[in-house]
Amino acid sequence: MRLEPRTDTPLALRLLAPVGAVVAALALCALLVAWTGAPVLRAYGLLFEGAIGSRFALTETLTRATPLILTGLAAAVAFRAKLWNIGAEGQLYMGALAAVVVGGGMLDLPAWALIPAVMIAGMAAGGVTLLGPAVLKVRFGVDEVVTTLLLNFVVLLLVSLLLEGALKDPMGMGWPQSAPVVEAAELPKLVARTRLHAGLAIALGLSVLLWLIDTRTIWGYENRAVGANPRAAAFAGMPVTRVMLRTALLSGGLAGLAGAAEVCGLKGYLTLDLSPGFGYSGIVVAMLAQLHPIGVVGAALFIAGIFVGADAMSRAMPVPNYIADVLVATSLLCMLVAGLLARYRLRRG
Amino acid sequence: MSSPVKGGPEVVLRLAGISKRFGPLLANDNISLTLHAGEVLALLGENGAGKTTLMNILFGHYVADEGTIEAFGRPLPPGSPRAALEAGIGMVHQHFTLADNLSVLDNIAVGTELLWRWRSDRGAARRRLLDLSQRFGLEVRPDAPVGELSVGERQRAEILKALYRDARILILDEPTAVLTPQESAGLFETLRRLTADGLAVVFISHKMNEVFAASDTVAVLRAGKLVATHATASTDRAKLAELMVGRSVKPPAPAPLSPGEPVLELAGVTVASGHGRPLLDRVDLTVCRHQVVGIAGVSGNGQTALAELVSGLIRPDSGRLSLKGSVVEHGDPADMVRRGVARIPEDRHSAGLVGTMAVWENLIAERYRDSSFSRLGVLRRSAARAYAREVIEEFDVRCPGPDARTQLLSGGNMQKLILGRTLAHGPDLILASQPTRGLDIGAVSYVHSRLLDARAAGAGILLISEDLDEILALADCVTVAYHGRLTPLLPHDRVSVSQLGLLMAGHWDILRDILPETVHAA
Amino acid sequence: MDFLSIILDILLSAAFWTAVLRIATPYVLGTLGELVCERAGVLNLGIEGIMTLGAMAGWMAVYQGADLWTGVLAAAACGALLGLLHAALTVPLGLSQHVTGIGVTLLGTSLSYFVYRLVLPQASTPPTVEPFQPLALPGALAQTPLTYLAFLLVAVVAYVLYRTPVGLAVRMVGENPAAAEAQGLNVTAIRIGAVVAGSALMALAGAFLTLSAFNAFFFNMVNGRGWICIALVVFASWRPGKALLGALLFAVFDALQLRLQQASGGVLPYQLFLMMPYLLSILALVLVARRASYPRALMIPYRKGER
Repeated sequence: MRLEPRTDTPLALRLLAPVGAVVAALALCALLVAWTGAPVLRAYGLLFEGAIGSRFALTETLTRATPLILTGLAAAVAFRAKLWNIGAEGQLYMGALAAVVVGGGMLDLPAWALIPAVMIAGMAAGGVTLLGPAVLKVRFGVDEVVTTLLLNFVVLLLVSLLLEGALKDPMGMGWPQSAPVVEAAELPKLVARTRLHAGLAIALGLSVLLWLIDTRTIWGYENRAVGANPRAAAFAGMPVTRVMLRTALLSGGLAGLAGAAEVCGLKGYLTLDLSPGFGYSGIVVAMLAQLHPIGVVGAALFIAGIFVGADAMSRAMPVPNYIADVLVATSLLCMLVAGLLARYRLRRG
Repeated sequence: MSSPVKGGPEVVLRLAGISKRFGPLLANDNISLTLHAGEVLALLGENGAGKTTLMNILFGHYVADEGTIEAFGRPLPPGSPRAALEAGIGMVHQHFTLADNLSVLDNIAVGTELLWRWRSDRGAARRRLLDLSQRFGLEVRPDAPVGELSVGERQRAEILKALYRDARILILDEPTAVLTPQESAGLFETLRRLTADGLAVVFISHKMNEVFAASDTVAVLRAGKLVATHATASTDRAKLAELMVGRSVKPPAPAPLSPGEPVLELAGVTVASGHGRPLLDRVDLTVCRHQVVGIAGVSGNGQTALAELVSGLIRPDSGRLSLKGSVVEHGDPADMVRRGVARIPEDRHSAGLVGTMAVWENLIAERYRDSSFSRLGVLRRSAARAYAREVIEEFDVRCPGPDARTQLLSGGNMQKLILGRTLAHGPDLILASQPTRGLDIGAVSYVHSRLLDARAAGAGILLISEDLDEILALADCVTVAYHGRLTPLLPHDRVSVSQLGLLMAGHWDILRDILPETVHAA
Repeated sequence: MDFLSIILDILLSAAFWTAVLRIATPYVLGTLGELVCERAGVLNLGIEGIMTLGAMAGWMAVYQGADLWTGVLAAAACGALLGLLHAALTVPLGLSQHVTGIGVTLLGTSLSYFVYRLVLPQASTPPTVEPFQPLALPGALAQTPLTYLAFLLVAVVAYVLYRTPVGLAVRMVGENPAAAEAQGLNVTAIRIGAVVAGSALMALAGAFLTLSAFNAFFFNMVNGRGWICIALVVFASWRPGKALLGALLFAVFDALQLRLQQASGGVLPYQLFLMMPYLLSILALVLVARRASYPRALMIPYRKGER
């Protein structure tokens, strides 16, 4: 058997690939569910219901999707430029850190000014966090995969340090958590009496904006060229290093924004368990979306649904909710294969 | 070693009805061939005629769609280099298959022992290698890392690799492409020793003079079909050329033009390499309007640095580069384009084009910031597409349209695309690095005629090529690169191929005979 | 007491060096495993997940009643299986080694947690097993058998890579797969074999954590050790001997920061000390990146007959 590149990939195939991957992942994980002794169909039924079965479930899924869209975009823009940013988790925490600092009473501004200031501070913190590894990559040739991964641990320790020190909430009864952000820094709710907040609108707006930049502007043009063939881009006269650094700022900024939005929209303060791995799930989101900014929205909704639904399912039957993480990981691997099948055809001999 | 030649020559290899298709391209169409012990068969054909595909099938890199192969009377299982090796077939690839970081001995011995022996017998391997090296006059240094070898040494290592495994049939793919004429002669001498020992040799070439220098039989391929097989002695150049191309070919004939004012001047340019001798060493060079200056030389003697310098990718560490009389202080690719340099890169796939992007996107790659293609950072996509349609038309690029993905184009059409991108703006200087490498004859003559048109229109051309025939056909003046130095310009009608060969090998003392008047200057 | 004499005191104690060897062990095993994969041309970012699965599987086997060495074998087998998955996707299919590796890490980690929670749904304090005991060899600091095994494996891997035909074949497919194939070697099989073997070694590193260094399985217990191993491979220029040296050097710093953390008596936040290993790894990468002579075909998929 041999793989032969297709001369072109029809749109239907590109859309079908993630669907096929998800179905395959669900089927594979059904074996795992069956192994626990739980009835598979009922388990998946509960998962489905828990994700979108009610108004409450739906808003929960949308709330959970908000940071995933942003970290998914962070991974997508970076991977497009072949900048392997695996550090979205750390950048997210840096953004959250900036949000509690700037939004914690440091600035006395009305909401219309404070919210943008806090969001921009979060983006800046995340962007600068990725700028370091990006500079090491272009200046010294240091592989950014390892540096961004290692920085995740450094950032978490930094957050822990600050939460037990300078940023510790005096009213927090000894828990390592920050003081809450001021009311003017809180993102408004989208639907009353739910947890759904304006972060979702920001995330959706950004994915459309990024798609427009990607296809319509010389920025996007340069990004695509540099990502696909940096040598040819440099030969043609494109500023390859600048594109790399710009992409790093943007990617880190999106992850940082995810953190700021979680703090200001949902939690109100910063703790060490702000993110259950949004940074890593963002990679899966980006891959399922085939790095397309609009596709990221759909992929993030799916992943969010899995997490929210699995929580509901594991409350009802003895299937640990880690099944969601297994499903997400399996989806990623299945998506890689599906993407390959969309780009190549199998040939004998 | 097995039986010596006895009586009539034994048939060692028989290919019957080989066909191979790559997508829409029929690369080999029902090809049948026989090869005898002690015979040198030249497989002659244009680039893209299917020679390399055929040999890759023979060696098991590809599997034929149809047809069978017999070696020494036994069928050869398809798709297995191991089976080919075991049947006594050795192949020397055009791009050497050696690992730079490993020693010559490692490269030759790998895969010759059972994988699961508890230790390698390096002593025996070394003895065997040195013995073969002596017997066939192929000198190598067993412990040198391949990365440190010259091209000639690498080729000897490749041939030894095949002999080490008792190859009785040796396939050489374009073996002389990277050698000086003198090194090629040495190679042909080696081939004679091998065939005297009873080996059979297939060598692939698109150069006529080599066929006559080295082969007993010649098989001509054209567009995937075997069009003729002749005893070399019973045929002549004109006949072979016509068979190869399918029509008679005229070499390009540049009209005599007197050079105009200088467009490119290098004065004492040095580019350091970071370690050891510099990539370019105090180079002086002038290219004038209406003039083609050819740079000959074995690859790796500074041509790449020279091309990168004129492309704006690197800057001189000392010395001066001027364009149209003004010194370029901080050259970068965009600056060079603005100053009227058309740059045709050596490797069109990796440096010239972004394969996954559309034709129109590649066509504007050097000028997307111009107001005709973007405004306030927003691409003017319909204007760019319209422009692309014009260039496609003007430069005869065969493609479905401006939105086609570039990687689907053939090599010739990719090169036309690059010509269109660079020549459409009336350049003052053209840097053409290996402009016809790997192209078929039609595309080659198209590229040549475009370059000569530009020369007539007033451009100066810096032509860097490993193909001496191309340089001698196009260039008004030739200079030879060796160890980062350039010889003075030699008028093309005062230097012969063999003289160029000696210069390429570093024998610059003969400059005295070619240019008696400049000896003191040099 | 001034700073220097504190350090001197620490460096002169046998307990310190015993700790160094213990701390070094998972790094030695993990780095060795990653090195074998990368020498064959395959970056294995699955290491973190493979180590986690090894830690969980080894511990779980012993917890379920198997003896310690069976637990070690179970860990290696699970590691090899995840390695096979990584290899199947990246070698014959040629998928991105970066993304596949991340996927394998996510899968290994989540599977470990899933299985652990499935077997022990309500365990609030992690149950323990009886781990390997230190073994005093004459003339050596007492270590557990897995540490001795790790050091022995360095010699074995070095010997295999540089002195046997299969080692040469592995290096060849990592340098130039086309050349290896032209010599009749099966590039796909050799790469898969190397990744599987390397992944088994990584899983041993995980098993050491739950069966030697500690006696229970915790979530997040691998804690970036896998990523540090990847940095150590670069630091070691892909050579087993240097990998051992790098792991030991690293363990010295790690053990030192632990001691200093205690000695500092809370003047400096402990998090600063815990950051040191990660920052040190980044520093090591910066120092060697320019002159690293990596396997030439690393991260480049090889598809036979592609044109």
